[in-house]
Amino acid sequence: MTKLLQWLLGVSLLVAVWALVTWDLLDLSLPDTYRDVAWPMPLYLLVSFGCYSLATVGYRVATFNDCEDAALELQQQIKEAKDDLKRKGLKM
Amino acid sequence: MASRKTSHRIRENGDKYSVLLPTYNERENLPLIVWLLVKYFGESGHNYEVIIIDDGSPDGTLEVAEQLQRIYGQDRILLRPRAKKLGLGTAYIHGVKHATGNFIFIMDADLSHHPKFIPEFIQKQKEGNYDLVSGTRYRGNGGVYGWDLRRKLISRGANFLTQVLLRPNASDLTGSFRLYKKEVLENLVERCVSKGYVFQMEMIVRARQLNYSVGEVPISFVDRVYGESKLGGNEILSFVKGLLVLFATT
Ligand SMILES: Nc1nc2c(ncn2[C@@H]2O[C@H](COP(=O)(O)OP(=O)(O)OP(=O)(O)O)[C@@H](O)[C@H]2O)c(=O)[nH]1
Ligand SMILES: [Mg+2]
Repeated sequence: MTKLLQWLLGVSLLVAVWALVTWDLLDLSLPDTYRDVAWPMPLYLLVSFGCYSLATVGYRVATFNDCEDAALELQQQIKEAKDDLKRKGLKM
Repeated sequence: MASRKTSHRIRENGDKYSVLLPTYNERENLPLIVWLLVKYFGESGHNYEVIIIDDGSPDGTLEVAEQLQRIYGQDRILLRPRAKKLGLGTAYIHGVKHATGNFIFIMDADLSHHPKFIPEFIQKQKEGNYDLVSGTRYRGNGGVYGWDLRRKLISRGANFLTQVLLRPNASDLTGSFRLYKKEVLENLVERCVSKGYVFQMEMIVRARQLNYSVGEVPISFVDRVYGESKLGGNEILSFVKGLLVLFATT
């Protein structure tokens, strides 16, 4: 199953459950509080997922390692390599 | 004494590592990356070869490669040039055909990928007998150098979106510093059709699809010092397109 299908399946399941509760499609005569909680649920989910995404990406950007040492080491080694290669007869 | 024992054991197990270096206008970087490869493979004692796949670079990369071959020997440095620029994907296919190792390293020749991590890749691979080991900038001590806030944001954002949509079992999908078992690379590269960044992503997503095991090694990625980036242009757009294609097909 492709990821697209997995997503469609998941979303339609959620929508089905949501519709069932919100409009009481099966005549289960659920208490009103169920409906009151259920109907704005998609919005809540979207907003919290959005917040989660922003927070996660923001945190990861802020904590993205800056490899200063790696850059310095490379500069050093470039010098070393150039000298050694020149000695070995490389013409750049 | 102990170290002699280790290198002896390594030689006995018969593993050979072929490093594929695709180059396009890397005249300045190529000698440096080769020098570093020779240094670190020499220190670790693993058997290796470097295969340079130059796509007719107008800057004379091939001529430099020939000099390097003279310096380091024809059994260490193999030249498998092609007449014109045919892209990275086919460069790997071309290179693998000529590889004599049972393991293949893929890395950029622009010094963004440092050969000092090679022993860690090899150790990781042995630890779990992984089918492929992928370098990651997003985990542990991994990281980048020379990126501004905007580039970090795009990178992290794109990575997050990809993780959500594709749930691959790897943290760095667009990185291209990887170690493959030869037959795994051959199998994967035949199936992958994308170009540019998306190619690397497709490789690892298809690896998940085919149930290959993936290990990860944190790497530092230092932006290229010499030469120009070739993947430029409307990268973001083609990335999103490629992501959606993979979303619908894997
Ligand atoms: N043989 C071959 N090599 C290529 C081709 N395009 C790019 N390369 C090489 O592939 C590696 C990665 O390309 P880069 O231009 O560095 O791409 P990038 O890392 O996304 O871009 P930067 O941010 O500039 O480093 C380098 O070693 C290039 O020389 C090609 O068409 N043929
Ligand atoms: Mg690069």
